[in-house]
Amino acid sequence: SVNPDLASERQTASFSVEKLTALLDGGAEQTRIRRAVVEAIESDPVFSRENQYFQTQNERYEAAVRKAVHLQKKMHEMGWTENGPEYKYIYRALSGDVAFLLHRVFMRSISVLGSDKQIAKWIPPATQHQLIGSYAQTELGHGTYLQGLETTAVFDIATQEFILNTPKISAMKWWPGDMGRSATHTVVFAQLYIHGKCYGIHPFIVQIRSLQDHSLCPGVTAGDIGPKMNFEHIDNGYLMLKNVRIPRDNMLSKFCEVRPDGTYVRQGSQKINYFTMTTVRISLISDEVLTPLMKACTIAIRYSAVRRQSKLKPGEQEAKILDYQTQQEKLLPQLAAAYAFHFINDYLQELFDKGYREIQRKNFDMLPELHALSSGFKAVITHHCTAAVEICLRACGGHGYSLLSGLPSLYTKILASCIYEGENTILLLQTARFLIKCFMAASAGQPVPPSVTYLAAVKPGKCPAKNKSDFLSPDIYTEAYQHVAVRLISSTAAKLQDLVQSGVKKYDAWNQCTVQLVLAAKAHCHYITVKNFAETVEKLETKAGIQRIMKHLCDLFALHGIFSNTGAFLHDGYISAAQMDMVTSSYLDLLAVIRKDAVPLVDAFDFTDKSLNSALGSYDGQVYQRLYEWAQKSPTNKMSPAYERYLKPLLHNTLSKL
Amino acid sequence: EALVLNDPDFQHEDLNFLSRSQRYEQAIRKSSLMVMKLREYGIADPEEIFWFKSFVHRGRPEPLDLHLGMFLPTLLTQATPEQQDRFFMPAWNLEIIGTYAQTEMGHGTHLRGLETTATYDPATQEFILNSPTVTSIKWWPGGLGKTSNHAIVLAQLYTQGQCKGLHAFIVPIRQLGTHEPLPGITVGDIGPKFGYDEMDNGYLKMDNFRIPRENMLMKYAQVEPDGTYVKPVSDKLTYGTMVFIRSIIVGDSARSLSRACTIAIRYSAVRHQSELKPGEPEPQILDYQTQQYKLFPLLATAYAFHFVGAYIKDTYHRISGDINAGDLSELPELHALTAGLKAFTSWAANAGIEECRMACGGHGYSRCSGIPDIYVTFTPSCTYEGENTVMMLQTARFLVKSYTQVSSGQQVSGTVSYLNDLSRQRIQPQHVAARAVTVRINDPLSLVEAYKARAARLVEAAAKNLQAELNHRKSKEDAWNRTSVDLVRASEAHCHYVVVKLFTAKLSEVSNAAVRAVLTDLCLLYALFGISKNTGDFLQAGILTSAQITQVNQHVKELLAVIRPNAVALVDSFDFHDVHLGSVLGRYDGNVYENMFEWAKKSPLNKTEVHASFHKHLKPMQAKL
Repeated sequence: SVNPDLASERQTASFSVEKLTALLDGGAEQTRIRRAVVEAIESDPVFSRENQYFQTQNERYEAAVRKAVHLQKKMHEMGWTENGPEYKYIYRALSGDVAFLLHRVFMRSISVLGSDKQIAKWIPPATQHQLIGSYAQTELGHGTYLQGLETTAVFDIATQEFILNTPKISAMKWWPGDMGRSATHTVVFAQLYIHGKCYGIHPFIVQIRSLQDHSLCPGVTAGDIGPKMNFEHIDNGYLMLKNVRIPRDNMLSKFCEVRPDGTYVRQGSQKINYFTMTTVRISLISDEVLTPLMKACTIAIRYSAVRRQSKLKPGEQEAKILDYQTQQEKLLPQLAAAYAFHFINDYLQELFDKGYREIQRKNFDMLPELHALSSGFKAVITHHCTAAVEICLRACGGHGYSLLSGLPSLYTKILASCIYEGENTILLLQTARFLIKCFMAASAGQPVPPSVTYLAAVKPGKCPAKNKSDFLSPDIYTEAYQHVAVRLISSTAAKLQDLVQSGVKKYDAWNQCTVQLVLAAKAHCHYITVKNFAETVEKLETKAGIQRIMKHLCDLFALHGIFSNTGAFLHDGYISAAQMDMVTSSYLDLLAVIRKDAVPLVDAFDFTDKSLNSALGSYDGQVYQRLYEWAQKSPTNKMSPAYERYLKPLLHNTLSKL
Repeated sequence: EALVLNDPDFQHEDLNFLSRSQRYEQAIRKSSLMVMKLREYGIADPEEIFWFKSFVHRGRPEPLDLHLGMFLPTLLTQATPEQQDRFFMPAWNLEIIGTYAQTEMGHGTHLRGLETTATYDPATQEFILNSPTVTSIKWWPGGLGKTSNHAIVLAQLYTQGQCKGLHAFIVPIRQLGTHEPLPGITVGDIGPKFGYDEMDNGYLKMDNFRIPRENMLMKYAQVEPDGTYVKPVSDKLTYGTMVFIRSIIVGDSARSLSRACTIAIRYSAVRHQSELKPGEPEPQILDYQTQQYKLFPLLATAYAFHFVGAYIKDTYHRISGDINAGDLSELPELHALTAGLKAFTSWAANAGIEECRMACGGHGYSRCSGIPDIYVTFTPSCTYEGENTVMMLQTARFLVKSYTQVSSGQQVSGTVSYLNDLSRQRIQPQHVAARAVTVRINDPLSLVEAYKARAARLVEAAAKNLQAELNHRKSKEDAWNRTSVDLVRASEAHCHYVVVKLFTAKLSEVSNAAVRAVLTDLCLLYALFGISKNTGDFLQAGILTSAQITQVNQHVKELLAVIRPNAVALVDSFDFHDVHLGSVLGRYDGNVYENMFEWAKKSPLNKTEVHASFHKHLKPMQAKL
C-alpha cells in the first residue's frame, strides 16, 4: 500500500502525469515502447541489480559481463535491433550496469573514421561480438589536449606495417573502458611518423588480446587501473605497447591515408577526427547526465514528502520536510533544471542529427558551431547536474549517505561526466574562443552562425520590469540573460584587445582572461537554455495543465539563475537593487506554487522502483520498512570473523595483559 | 608518529582493494592492537591518544570511536559515583564496549521527536525499553552494528503514567562471552554507505527489554524506587558539549580541506598539459590562471578555517572555566556562533574538497588520488551533530533576536555589535553611499568593514521580511518558515564576516615578517574572492560600486600570480605525512605516474592474467555467435 503521505501528494496534481510522461518521451507511442523494454529487462533475473550495493569490484565486473552477454540473447529473443525504436531504451532499462559500452564507441569510430573497405571488414565481426572493442585515447600523462599524446606509430615501408610504441610511462594509455580485462581490440590514437616526420594524431586498430585464449598479444601489457569512485562494473584499463606491429590497413583512413610508398594523403577536413568526440559529448547527456538527475530528484522529493521533522505549527504533527522553504529551495530548482536540460537536449539532438547528415555529405560548415555548442553544453549541463545531484543527496540527511538510498552511486557516477570526454574548463574555453571570434565578426558586420546572431544586435538599456509579476514574463528574463551574455562576451573581447594592443603576447593575454572567458561561455549557454525553455513552453498544448506547470518551472529555472548570481545582473545596473528584491520575492513565491505539484512532477519521469534501486525513493513511499529490510541483507550482518579473531581476545584478555 | 609508522603490526594491504567486511576487520584488528599498545607505552594524555589514534587509523573513523569519544565521556559526566564504580573500569578495560544510540530511523536533528520509550515498572524496579514503531529503530550509531556489547540509549521516559522527556539509559545488548544479541534485542549493521567502510553503523530494536532502575544515568535527573521523578537542575550545561563538538568539526573542515589542497596543488605542479606559449613544452597545469583560480582560494580558505577552529577551541577553553563556576552569560552567543560556523565551514570544505578532486581531472576520480576518500569521510559532517540548514537557522534566530534588541534601543555586544550601527545609518541616509568609496581593496581591515556592512544589511533585510510575514499571518512558525531562505543567507553573511575578521586579526599576531606577508596575501585573497563570488550582495547594498567590483576581480587575479611561487610551500607547511595523506597524486616526492602504475597492478581485477569472466561468459558467447 502507498504511504498516505505520498498518496495525498498525488491527489492534488494540477496536470495529467501520463500526458507529461508522453511529452518527455516524445509521444505516447514512445512511452509504450519504453515501458515494454523496461518490463522485458526488469522481469529477467539476470539483469537484476538487487544486490548491487553489496558486491565487490570483481563481482560487479563479472555481473556486467554476464549481462552484456545475456543482452545479446535477449535482443535476439525480443527482436530488438540496433536500428529499432527499442534500442535507445535498453541502456536506460539496465541503468547502465552492463559491460562493453566502449564497444559501441569502437564501432562508431570505425563507421565515422574508417574507409568503406575498413567498415566492411570490421563492423560485421564486431556486431557479432567475435571481437570486443575499446577506444584508447587518454594517456596517463595526457588527457583533453590531444596534440600532447605521446604514443607513436612509425610506418615501416619494408613490411608495410605500423610499429606502435609507448615510449615512456606517461604515454601509457590509461582509463579506456572495457580495456582492462575484456577488450580484444582497441582504437589507439598515436602520433604518426613517416620517414621521421610527425604527421600528428591518427587512429589505429590494434589487437591486444588473443581471440583464442584471451591472453595478451606479444608486446602488449594491459590491465585494470584499480578502484574508482564508481564504475566498479567497468574495467577501465591501462595499455603499454612495445614494438607492436599492425598492417598498414589498420590505420582508419576515411580522411587520411598512408600509401604503400609512404606518401601521406589527406582527404577532407582534419577536423573530422574531433567529430566522434563531439557527438559522444551530446549523446551522453541524456543517459549519463539527465537520467541520474531525474532519478535523484525523484528519490529526494518523494523522501521529503515522507520524512517528517520538527513542527511547523504547535500542536500539529511533525511537518513533512518538503514543506520547509529551505528544503524547497534546495530541491525544486534542481527539478526545474532537469526539465530545462531535457528540453535543451532535445534541441541539441535535432541540431546534431542535421549536422551529421551534412557531414556525411562532406559539408563541414556547421562544424565550428556544433563543436562550440557541444563543448559548452557538455560542460554546463554536466557541471550543473552534478551539483544538483549532490544537493539532492545532502537534502536527504543521514539516510542519503547510505548506499541503499541510491544517491551516492548516482552522484559518483554523474560526476565522472564532468571529466570524461573533455575536462569542463577546457571545453568552456573552446566555446569562449568561438564566441569571441563570432563577436568580432558580428561587430565587423560579417555573418555569424544562428546560435550567436544575438551578438550582432546589442541593445543597451535597462530591465523594464516594474513589479514582481513582470519577472514572470519570459521576455523580461530572457532579455536579462541575453544582456548578461553580451556584456560578458563583449567586455572580455575588449579586455583581450586592450592587452594585445598594450603589447602583451596573444597567448599571455588569453591566459590572463581565462577566468572571465569561462564566465562568458557559461552565460551564453545559460541564456540559450532559458530561451529554449521559454520557446518550448510557448509551443506546448494548453490542455491537461501541462503548459501551465511547465511555465512555472521555466520561470523558476530562470529566476533561480538570477537569484543565485545576482552580481552579474546588477553589475552595470541592468537590473536595479529594487528590481532584484522583486526577483527574489517572485522566486520564493514560485517555490510554494511548484511545491504542490512536486511529487507528480517526479512521477512523470516514470522510473520503476527497480530502476531507482533506492530504499528512500520507491513509488509507495514505504521508506523505513524498506531500509530496515535491505539493511538486514548486508554481508556485514553475516557472522564476521572479526569477533572471533580480534574482538573476543580484546574483550576477554586485555585485563590479564595489563 | 614514528611509533605507529614503523610498527609492522599496523601494516596492511591498501584499503582501496579490500571489501567492506575486510576493512571492518582490519579496523577492529588495529583498534584492538592500538588499545593494548597505548597501555603498553603508558600513553594516557588525551591529546597524545588523539594523535596516536589518528596515525593508526590515518584520520579515518573506526569502530571504537563512539566507545572512546562518547560512551566513556558520557559515563564520566552523567553517571552517579555508584554507576561509575559499576561501569567505568570494565569499560576502560574494554570488557564493556559501548556506543551512544540517539538517532532513530525516522528522527534526526529534532531530538524531541524520538520515539523509543523507557517505561518504569515500580513492581520490579526496572525500566522496560521498547521500539514501538519502525521509525523508532535506533539507526546510525557507530560501533553498534557488530562491535558493542552495551549502548547508552536515549529514550522518552515514562513514569507514573507521564512522559518526562528524553533520558539516557545504559543498555546491555550482547551477551558477554558469546557476543550474541540478548533476548529482546535485535541488532545489526545498517549496510554499505558512501564512506565510513570501517565503521559498523548499526540498528537497534528493543522489545520489552528490561534493565534495572540503576541503569538510568542519574547524575542529574532521577527516578526514585517508587517511580517519583526528580528534575535536573539546569539543562544549559549540554550547550558546552555541543560547542566543543562543533569546534572539532570546524577544525576537521580545515584539516580535510588542507589535505585535499595538498594533493591537488602538488599534483598540479607535476602534471603538464597543453601549451601556453606556442612551441614551448607543455606547462605545469598550476601555471594556468583557471587552475589557480580553482585552487588558491581554497588554500586560503583552509588557512582561514584553521584560525577559526583554533579561535573557537580557545574561546571554549577560556569560558569553560566560567561555565563550571556557573557563569553562563557568554554561552548563548558562542552556541549560536558555533552552530553557524559549523555549517559554514563544513559546507565550504565539502564543496572545496570536490573542487580539488575535479581540479585533478580524471586521475582525481581514481581511488588512488585519495580525494574520493577524504570527501566521503568528510561529507557526513554536513549532517551529523546538527544538520547544516538547521544550524544556520539557529544562528539566524540569535541574529534576529539581537536585531530586535537593537531596534528597541538596546545595545548588543560581541560579534553582532555591528547591528548597533544600523540605527545610526537610518539617521544619516548618506552613510551607505559615503561608505562605498571608503572601502580599500588592498586593506584587510577595510574589507572586514565591507563584510560587516553586508552582514548588517542581510540581517536587517531578513528581520524586516520576517516582520512583514508576521503582519500577514497569525502563525509565528509559518512566518519563520516563509522567511527561512533569507534567514539562512543572513547567517551565512554573518559567519563569512566572522571568518574574515578572525583571519585578519590573526595577521597581527604573526611575528615572522615573511610568514606574515604570505598570510596577508592569503587573507586578502580569501576576502576578495568571497566578494567576487557574492558581488550581488555588495552591489545591491551599495557597499561597493561596479567599478570597485571590476577592481576586486582584477586584484584576485593578481594575487593568484603572487601566491603561485609559494603554493607548494604553503601546502607543505600543513605537514601531512604521505601515509596519512593516502594519495598517489599528492606524494611529497611527486613521483606520480610510476606509482600509479604500481598501485594499479595490485587491483583485485588484476589478480589473474585472464579474468574468470572470460571463461565463464565471453568464450561461450563467442563460440555461439
